[in-house]
Amino acid sequence: MRLNEKYFNALMIAGLLALPLWAVVADQPFTITLVTRAVILALAAVGLNIILGIGGMVSFGHAVFFGIGGYAMGILAYHAQTYTALDLGPFSTDGTKSMPVIWLVAMILSGLVAFFIGLLSLRTSGVYFIMITLAFGQMFFYFAISWAQYGGEDGLSIYVRNDFPGLNTLAPIQFYGICFTLLCVVLFLFARLQASPFGLALNAARQTPTRVETVGLNPMRLKLLAFVLSGAITGLAGALFADLNRFVSPTMFSWQLSGELIVLIIIGGVGRLMGPVIGACVFVALEHFLGELTDFWHVYLGVVLLCIVLFGRGGLIGLLTGKEGVHV
Amino acid sequence: MSSILIIEQILNGLQFGVMLFLMAAGLTLIFGVMGLINLAHGSLYMVGAFAAAAVAGVTGSFLLALVAALAAAALAGAIVEMVVIRRLYNAPHLDQVLATFALILIFSEGTRWVFGSFPLFLDIPDALSGPVTLPGGIEYPLYRLTLIGIGLAVAVGLWALIERTRLGIQIRAGENDREMIAALGVDISKLYTLVFALGAALAGLAGALVGAIQSVQVGMGEPVLILAFVVIVIGGIGSVRGAFIGALLVGLTDTLGGVFLPELFKLFMDNGAAQKSGSALASMGIYVLMGLVLIWRPTGLFGARA
Repeated sequence: MRLNEKYFNALMIAGLLALPLWAVVADQPFTITLVTRAVILALAAVGLNIILGIGGMVSFGHAVFFGIGGYAMGILAYHAQTYTALDLGPFSTDGTKSMPVIWLVAMILSGLVAFFIGLLSLRTSGVYFIMITLAFGQMFFYFAISWAQYGGEDGLSIYVRNDFPGLNTLAPIQFYGICFTLLCVVLFLFARLQASPFGLALNAARQTPTRVETVGLNPMRLKLLAFVLSGAITGLAGALFADLNRFVSPTMFSWQLSGELIVLIIIGGVGRLMGPVIGACVFVALEHFLGELTDFWHVYLGVVLLCIVLFGRGGLIGLLTGKEGVHV
Repeated sequence: MSSILIIEQILNGLQFGVMLFLMAAGLTLIFGVMGLINLAHGSLYMVGAFAAAAVAGVTGSFLLALVAALAAAALAGAIVEMVVIRRLYNAPHLDQVLATFALILIFSEGTRWVFGSFPLFLDIPDALSGPVTLPGGIEYPLYRLTLIGIGLAVAVGLWALIERTRLGIQIRAGENDREMIAALGVDISKLYTLVFALGAALAGLAGALVGAIQSVQVGMGEPVLILAFVVIVIGGIGSVRGAFIGALLVGLTDTLGGVFLPELFKLFMDNGAAQKSGSALASMGIYVLMGLVLIWRPTGLFGARA
């Protein structure tokens, strides 16, 4: 059976709405938490999909931005909960427990870091790019471990979830609503971006950089802008992820997480609007159900992944809608 | 800060560097000849260490343990090459990354399945334990000195293999033009399996040697793998000479930075703060080094192609 990709996308959104609502009625708060986790991971992967799917840049260090978002939330909330001042040289703040402020800080910080990492790593391409982004990821990982002021290896616990004006974020379904809305907004932006002149130019820069240059566009600048956007979105997801767990630790910077973000996109389908979303749902479901059956569920994940890479083209969406995948 | 301490730290840096070279040499050969980025190289390092620990546990012989490490890693490498890697040579880098990432998951969890989550221990053989006195009255662990010796010997051996033997000629030809040497009657797929097994054996050897000074545990390979990536990015991907220079640079930077940066910071900070910020900065030292090299030469010190 071949599905139209549009119907398929609508079906996914409807499912993401219906499942948590059912969980509320059936009083299954854990299911809501699981779906929230999937939605946040999807958000991070949509960010990565901008550069991986449209721009063809295989960043193996996107956990950097996820971690920065997480630590932005952790540090701000930590100072707010301990009533200590966060001294930033010329000015100081008492931290904050307000989500919108935290999101803004997370996005700006990860965007800035993405700018500098991009400036360096986009000088290269191919394998060099993969290895350099991976190395930057490790750099932040080790920095977080040695950063004793904010928990070092043990991480930081935040006791109460941050506030959002007018909502009770401690109710799982309300927090889910926030995450789901943000995912929808970002998906909408992704769809617009893909069809915009910028998105088309970025797509062209992946396929034939020389030709893009010939028509007077600077591929480096296009890629850098995409990299910054992508980092900021993944940073936002990191802040939400930290809020979901009320905990940040260096594992948010780990290279495994960078790998998993790529895996999410590959499972769903590279460069497709809903690819990261379905990938994240499948991943979280696998993690949950296989994890219940065996402690060694990563072996099965590995085998599934190998099969997708060796035999599947275009991920699950490609399989269901019968369209070839994007060639990176 | 005495000169003895400085020399000790330089030796430590060299020891770390030559072990990184064993990893990086395989990675860079595999990339140079087959054009493949192999994330699972760290798993082969782990396989070597576990094989050595298991054999040493049964026989008590360190030499047998090293032989087992070489054999197990080479065998695992050859099998992986024939079953999976072979299908990836013409695939885009993204596919190579994912497939080898999947291999890491399978190797790591598989090892945990077989050996459990607790670390194993591999003892330094009696003949090599204890310190030796170097000229100048410096006491230095004999085992670490042996590691430096083995690393340098492998470097020379690898150079001789690549520059002076028939196999080396084929490897170099394979880097330049794989269709041409296939047309000249060289069994290219056998050559690829051989190169992959060679790289794997070197990784396994490094794992076993380092396993005796650290603990042997699941996931031990990936931090080393990523350092080896930094090494070959600095040295230039595909260049064994670059891998050697890069490995020594990274080894020395990391070791010396960890010792001297806090000392340097103490000159203008109080002790506690200097220790903290010095070691935090030292942990980033090699990445700063990599960044500087890349600004200067985007394809690394000895790299030719982008």
